[in-house]
Amino acid sequence: MWERIKEKLGILADAAKYDVSCASSGSKRKNENKGLGNASNGICHAYTEDGRCISLLKILLTNHCIYDCAYCVSRKSNDIERAAFTVTEIVDLTIAFYRRNYIEGLFLSSGIFTNPDYTMERLVLIAKKLRTEHNFHGYIHLKTIPGASDELIRQAGLYADRLSVNVEMPTEASLRLLAPDKSREQMLKPMRYLKSAIEQNLDEKRRFSKAPQFAPAGQSTQMVIGATPETDLVILHLASQFYQRLQLRRVYYSGYVPISPDQRLPAIGTPVPMVRENRLYQADWLLRNYGFTVDELLPPESPLLDMEVDPKLAWALRNMQVFPLDVNVADPVLLQRIPGIGLQSVKKIESARRFSRLTWDHLKKMGVSVNKVRYFLTTASPEYQRKDLQPQQIRQILLSQGHSKYKPNFSPQISLF
Amino acid sequence: MKTLIYDESFAGWLTAVFELYEFKWPQVTITPACRPEVTMFSEARIIITDEAKALRVWAGLKKRLSQQALEDLYRSFLSEYPGMEDRLLQYVQYVFRSPQNIESDYSHPSVQFVGNIAKKVGREKHRMEAFVRLQQLSTADAAASPGLHAASSSASLYYASISPDFNVLPLIRQHFEQRYADQQWIIYDLRRKYGIFYNLDRTDIITIDFNEGVDTGRHITTVTDPCEVFCQQLWQTYFDRVNIGARKNTKLHIQHMPRRYWKFLTEKQPR
Ligand code: SF4
Repeated sequence: MWERIKEKLGILADAAKYDVSCASSGSKRKNENKGLGNASNGICHAYTEDGRCISLLKILLTNHCIYDCAYCVSRKSNDIERAAFTVTEIVDLTIAFYRRNYIEGLFLSSGIFTNPDYTMERLVLIAKKLRTEHNFHGYIHLKTIPGASDELIRQAGLYADRLSVNVEMPTEASLRLLAPDKSREQMLKPMRYLKSAIEQNLDEKRRFSKAPQFAPAGQSTQMVIGATPETDLVILHLASQFYQRLQLRRVYYSGYVPISPDQRLPAIGTPVPMVRENRLYQADWLLRNYGFTVDELLPPESPLLDMEVDPKLAWALRNMQVFPLDVNVADPVLLQRIPGIGLQSVKKIESARRFSRLTWDHLKKMGVSVNKVRYFLTTASPEYQRKDLQPQQIRQILLSQGHSKYKPNFSPQISLF
Repeated sequence: MKTLIYDESFAGWLTAVFELYEFKWPQVTITPACRPEVTMFSEARIIITDEAKALRVWAGLKKRLSQQALEDLYRSFLSEYPGMEDRLLQYVQYVFRSPQNIESDYSHPSVQFVGNIAKKVGREKHRMEAFVRLQQLSTADAAASPGLHAASSSASLYYASISPDFNVLPLIRQHFEQRYADQQWIIYDLRRKYGIFYNLDRTDIITIDFNEGVDTGRHITTVTDPCEVFCQQLWQTYFDRVNIGARKNTKLHIQHMPRRYWKFLTEKQPR
């Protein structure tokens, strides 16, 4: 019996791994009544050999599926080994891994068997058992099955920290082409439902602090990139709509891994677009935290992100009229736009310049890469004053320095700038 | 020139700070008893740790620094970095002689020192919170009802060895208390030869006499508990199968999981 569990774990972990999201942060679930676990830290307990964070037990309940989405390994027409866990097996596995400090919690998804509601019911039951029978306060992320009823999604929100509905494709046309069983509306409907349910819950919590939590880590989504011809502009516009209109916490970009001989898709052996994926995450990060807009990062005449340099540097090189800024007086909102200066450095600069006039040396000691920022900044010391270099020349110099930050690390979990 | 020799405890170091202010010694260096550095031209003095004196210095610092800066100071101390006693002393002297709070004056060398070292210690704390791998030492109810659920009993004792770069046990204790409130556990620092033991009620500092040779490996004993062995195999299976071969990136993998931690990681053991 134990051998079969191991086999199933292999098959169902393998089938779940293409969902790139692994975040376990954004929740503030506390351990109550001396139970097991808490969810607040977002720890990566291990890293895969491709360098991705392992934070959650990411697994499918089953890889049986009645649908036939071309980009998915679990699609009905694919000839693969199928397996299914029982509700209890997943519950026990989660607890066993959690108690050993392997994971922060569970990320559960599933192929669709029988019908969407039947599948969703079981996902909800697993989360419910963990919370109510095992006093488990670790992180739970449930994938909502397209087509599941609002009532089941509501129940899911009572037990899960995060819920996600994957839009899969950046445009409706691509979705129709590759996932004929699904529709865009089928995905947007639960996203809108979740948005209002989460807002309503926040409002209740403000008024009655005892109100139950509802998906405290919000909702997220994922789209596959590189399987279809959409530009980065189209993709980031969609993402920014998700952030603004539906208050999504995160949008994930999954570089398509060719798994099918299907004529509609890139051939097997086509490289995974990892650099592009990395650039999209960088741009997404700038949209959410640095006050950039999509149109600033991608002017209409160049709808694709620069593959050679990161989007922040690319923006700076297109907008040299803004620079150089004086580190001792510049507005922090502008300072954070300088390539090589992150939000933390901005904070340090702001504090330190109240004590003394900052020099290159001070910046170095704060951990700022002076080689990078010198083209965009002046300080109290004269030694690196930039000459009148053209953007193209700066670009060449920085590229030739081969600074590691310019070589994308192909990871969706970035901590760049 | 005076050399103050203290017992390596934080309270001991604070006592030394207290005394040098009390006796107005102008030139002082503080050095730990385990590796005292007394030069020919200095006069050694042994500091007797005194809680009351330590608390007075701490209270003085509390009035002048934020909670975060106090935490950073303590973390820098736990770095055990050679010579940190004097660097931290310079920081504290800068705090006490300035009329305003200086904790964010990153242009001052001692503020930079505390900032940088505290960051490194914080990183190690975070790593230990991630890389501790608890092993169930005995399965109380496994014989009665074998199965997956027996591999996660809250009734048994869980154990992990670590060997961190800095002395982070005092920093990670609360995290594990809050997370594993319903199971007993020991986390043992092999390098510093002490551990913390949570017994469902409180956490104590313990030392264990290991047999010769054990302190190089990750196991307290060879794990024979069948549920534990099975569970470790499941985790290895999981780790192997979530990997996407087409995206292999060893450099990034090692950057996130440096090799020196591997011997304690279940998923990095030979299959
Ligand atoms: S419905 Fe989900 S599991 Fe089924 S084929 Fe489509 S993407 Fe794959």
